[in-house]
Amino acid sequence: MEAVVDELPVILGAFWLTVKLTVVSGVISLVWGIVLAAMRVSPLPVLRGAGAVYVSVLRNTPLTLIIVFCGLGLGTVMNVQFSRDDLSLNSFWLSIIGLSAYTSAFVCEVVRSGINTVPLGQAEAARAIGLTFLQTLRLVILPQAVRTVIAPLGTLLNALVKNTTVAAAIGVMEAALRMKNLFDAHGDAIIPIFLGFAAGFVVLTLPMNLLAGRLARRLAVVR
Amino acid sequence: MTMTENSGGAPLVRLEGVNKHFGPLHVLRDIDLSVGRGEVVVVIGPSGSGKSTLCRVINRLETIDGGSIVFDGQELPAEGRALARLRSEVGMVFQSFNLFSHKTILENVTLGPVRVRKVSRQQAEQRGMELLERVGIASQADKYPAQLSGGQQQRAAIARALAMDPKMILFDEPTSALDPEMVQEVLDVMTGLARDGMTMMVVTHEMGFARRAANRVVFMADGQIVEEGEPSEFFTQPSTERARDFLSKILTH
Repeated sequence: MEAVVDELPVILGAFWLTVKLTVVSGVISLVWGIVLAAMRVSPLPVLRGAGAVYVSVLRNTPLTLIIVFCGLGLGTVMNVQFSRDDLSLNSFWLSIIGLSAYTSAFVCEVVRSGINTVPLGQAEAARAIGLTFLQTLRLVILPQAVRTVIAPLGTLLNALVKNTTVAAAIGVMEAALRMKNLFDAHGDAIIPIFLGFAAGFVVLTLPMNLLAGRLARRLAVVR
Repeated sequence: MTMTENSGGAPLVRLEGVNKHFGPLHVLRDIDLSVGRGEVVVVIGPSGSGKSTLCRVINRLETIDGGSIVFDGQELPAEGRALARLRSEVGMVFQSFNLFSHKTILENVTLGPVRVRKVSRQQAEQRGMELLERVGIASQADKYPAQLSGGQQQRAAIARALAMDPKMILFDEPTSALDPEMVQEVLDVMTGLARDGMTMMVVTHEMGFARRAANRVVFMADGQIVEEGEPSEFFTQPSTERARDFLSKILTH
């Protein structure tokens, strides 16, 4: 138990990185996922096709492969760099790319299912007052669609928190990799350290789930 | 739109040889129809006769397979901004109201003017309140659609259409989804509009409204216009067997 207390600053630091990974890739995934959903319902076959291909590729590839590709393929081979001297910052952003690319595919599908719950008459009424396709989507369809899928989006965010641990594969010192390092340093305290980290993840995800549930109820569109 | 300002007797809408299929179903067959400025045309007919589709092709919520539709001197644009502009000039009132469920009644009425016409929010709200006053639901302005009765929702939908200052309003069975006691309040608003000179095309089963407010009744069956004429004439002495048959079914009970 002392091991956990002694290493608390290090543990908190690792979780801080986990939070940063979650928030940054969460925001990017949400925005990009909504754009993808818009592509998939657009009247242009090219956009619909591109969106469909993107989603089926990214959703069906294991996250570990995507993250490793971002680290080695983008980072090492293609030399995508975010910082010349700070290697950890580099792998941080490369893993953000991987996490966002992956999660956005799921956001897209959730938002699209939300769009399908909005009655066709809403879009017809919007078009009938002269709104363009994008205005109809942005002002009438998406606000209603997103409200109906807040709960499943919360589930995705929850999964994202835990998926950030895959960034360990390319050396991002988030909670999971830090835990492994602490195991090596404190071989006699593996179980307390494990329990400490597990509790840390629960502390991150539980309030998020509660908040999503409450938001979903409060913002529900009454028809 | 300056070229159309002085078009005098030219009709506002002219459909020529319009055809429309839904798969194997031929829903509009060679429709020729004109609606003059300020004219109120009521379209009646048995269900499945193509009345609603006729209404919906005029603002291109349904595309047509053949023929031409000219609105205010201009062929209907196929898509894009030009189509959006046309639609902003043709109001539409739906059977199921289709008010935006996530917006208040006032927001429903101001969305078009603010986003399409680029009117200032303050100006749009002022005009919106006037219109809600006119249809008798100003006190409901801050409520959401689901909190209103069907009749109130439909009146709000009429106000939403009016807020765009349309050249014409299409009514697609505006009272068919209403409880019987709410039909009259909506018809009253529509009768008022007709009296004020709004160009209207109304698909309805309300024969009383047709008699009272229509300049012309168009009777459709099987995708065709079977007969058209002044209401007094049409209801007392229809010239076709189909129309006589239809009227006998709806007027006897």
